[in-house]
Amino acid sequence: MADFNSDFWHWYIAIATVLSILACVWLIRWMTAGFQKKDEVETTGHVWDGDLTELNNPLPRWWLGLFYVTLAFGGFYLLLYPGLGHFSGFLNWTSKGQYEAEVARVEAEVGPLFERYQQTAILDLINDEQALKIGERLYLNYCATCHGSDARGARGFPNLRDADWQWGGDPDSIKATLLYGRNAVMPAWEAALGGEAGINEMTQYLLRLSNRATIDELADKGEAKYQMFCVACHGINGKGNTALGAPNLTDDVWLYGGSISKISESLIKGRNGQMPAFGEFLGEAKVHLLTAYIYDISQGAE
Amino acid sequence: MNNSETYNYKVVRQFAIMTIVWGLVGMLVGVVIAAQLAWPALNFDLPWLTFSRLRPLHTNAVIFAFGGCALFACSYYVVQHTCHAKLAFPALAAFTFWGWQLVILAAAITLPLGITTSKEYAELEWPIDILITLVWVAYALVFFGTILKRKIPHIYVANWFFGAFIITVAVLHIFNSMALPVSFWKSYSAYAGVQDAMVQWWYGHNAVGFFLTAGFLGIMYYFVPKQAGRPVYSYRLSVVHFWALVFTYIWAGPHHLHYTALPDWAQSLGMIMSLILLAPSWGGMINGIMTLSGAWHKLRTDPVLRLLIVSISFYGMSTFEGPMMSIKTVNALSHYTDWTIGHVHSGALGWVALVSMGAMYYLIPRLFGRELYSLRLVEVHFWTSTIGIVLYISSMWVAGIMQGLMWRAVNTDGTLTYSFVESVQALHPYYIVRTLGGAFFLLGAVVMAYNLWRSIADAKPVEVEIPTPASAH
Repeated sequence: MADFNSDFWHWYIAIATVLSILACVWLIRWMTAGFQKKDEVETTGHVWDGDLTELNNPLPRWWLGLFYVTLAFGGFYLLLYPGLGHFSGFLNWTSKGQYEAEVARVEAEVGPLFERYQQTAILDLINDEQALKIGERLYLNYCATCHGSDARGARGFPNLRDADWQWGGDPDSIKATLLYGRNAVMPAWEAALGGEAGINEMTQYLLRLSNRATIDELADKGEAKYQMFCVACHGINGKGNTALGAPNLTDDVWLYGGSISKISESLIKGRNGQMPAFGEFLGEAKVHLLTAYIYDISQGAE
Repeated sequence: MNNSETYNYKVVRQFAIMTIVWGLVGMLVGVVIAAQLAWPALNFDLPWLTFSRLRPLHTNAVIFAFGGCALFACSYYVVQHTCHAKLAFPALAAFTFWGWQLVILAAAITLPLGITTSKEYAELEWPIDILITLVWVAYALVFFGTILKRKIPHIYVANWFFGAFIITVAVLHIFNSMALPVSFWKSYSAYAGVQDAMVQWWYGHNAVGFFLTAGFLGIMYYFVPKQAGRPVYSYRLSVVHFWALVFTYIWAGPHHLHYTALPDWAQSLGMIMSLILLAPSWGGMINGIMTLSGAWHKLRTDPVLRLLIVSISFYGMSTFEGPMMSIKTVNALSHYTDWTIGHVHSGALGWVALVSMGAMYYLIPRLFGRELYSLRLVEVHFWTSTIGIVLYISSMWVAGIMQGLMWRAVNTDGTLTYSFVESVQALHPYYIVRTLGGAFFLLGAVVMAYNLWRSIADAKPVEVEIPTPASAH
């Protein structure tokens, strides 16, 4: 068993456990032995602090019974279940086995349903109300924690109801994002852009790209640097690149906040956006239904 | 040199008064964070007022500041009175008071600042941990030094429990806090992964078992028979339940890690030892409550005694609930829900706080040579706290079971019926009731503080001579 790196620990645990239970039994027998019930219970004869004394009543029988029952239960449990070192118990029960059996039972029940949906194209599934209902439940179970119950996202977690897609919004791209996850790395640019002044200039230029009010003199300087450092990922006109997950900088949609200080923060410290991979965890069939649901809600976008 | 020696009441008085002060502070923070869970805007978007920082402040304040001061005060008082000896090492005893207050102050500053080891109930960073260790070693020297000076050969049962509590907490604190410091206010645990989790809960559960149970059983074994004026019910019961309790508690930690990466064998041992713990725990309850046999009528006239007896009843209830929750199938429903919070508070409010308050009603007037100012106000305190506890634990039971059921509800397509946030929404009314329960309990504590303050406001500290033992048996 992997739990023990030598047989010594197996015996150590097993013997210590058995002795401990026996020690409890011995303790009870020691304190009940040689005790005759008398009509009048006496004190032990010790007196502390003027008037503190102790009677010596017998142990209540119901209480003794309770103690023995729990000890016996412990003994039987250790015969049936793992506990005594690497002895696995006569039931051969493991928590991993219990989990796998439960998953297998549910898979057998719902597997065929999901398999049928997996054979259906996403563009057809979006017309199947039942499929979308299941997709929504999956969404609420697994995705709502980050993207919100309404799928409108939060800072650092994209809004799934708009038309802005960092990694592409067609069914295949969405499905790939869900299956394999994404990692969008924005490097930290403070040094390359020339410290605080450079960050200010770039921030102004980014505001101009989104048609917001700017200080032109600074934005012009920013533009020159943009063409040097940023074009590789975000493109010449700032429209981004879904192959790299480089966001469109011209639509005034800001994953990490669009205030001047938040934009500067993105430039100074960089960002590391991680979408976990769900393929292995959920299986392709469920991801397929989730894709249909997410594609469907994004189609309602303005 | 004075031949007729007096008790060292000074350090007892200091700890007793700080018990009341820290109790009010800790409970107030508790009510604040309960309100934050019901109305999150109450953190005012200030980092040091967020739930995540105030929650450890609450737990540290009520367990180690309120509970700790109560234990210091009571154990110092009891060990002197039952050994008929003045406290050993008076300078060390004074150090335990000032050192412990410094620990509490450091906790009150560092936790809201976000300085934390992130180990539950052991959040304080390593410099504070070292101070705790020093205070604790001094505590052990003072306590056991006094035991050695005793004039009665037989050691009174309360002192067994105080002794076990002091020794075990030292071991737990030292091994759980092992860490590698990387700066003055940051360290990393010496253990990793599942070992770290196991050490953490070995510590965490025995903080409950030894700090909040064994120590307070020591309080019970002195103040209940004293207040009732009756002998302890059964000496041999105290022997069995003491040894069985201290022996089995130390195994019970793994029940906090059911269905985790902890190996199955360790989970099983944690579960069966938790079940075996039921009878030893109830041994304490029987010995406490049955001490009243022949004096039940006193419950009608003595609200302090009633407070103590109700605390023992809550002790019995939570020590039944605990073993039940350690059973894997029950735990699969209760784990990670508010049921656990309800369980902890039935022990913390019902048992630990009430038995401490009962002891303080007995102790504080005596330390100043006074009578209690008002029994009517104790009555008021008793009822407000009891209502508070009932509101708290019943709302958390319902909330917890509802949460557990919502999390496991499954649709026919195998998806979960409720998203997590729906279960959070459903908790809202129960969180409001819980806040109300906490507020009632705090109100009771304020009444107590006023009552005790009126009792001693114009009093002078008293010096009491140590009597010679009644018999030299």
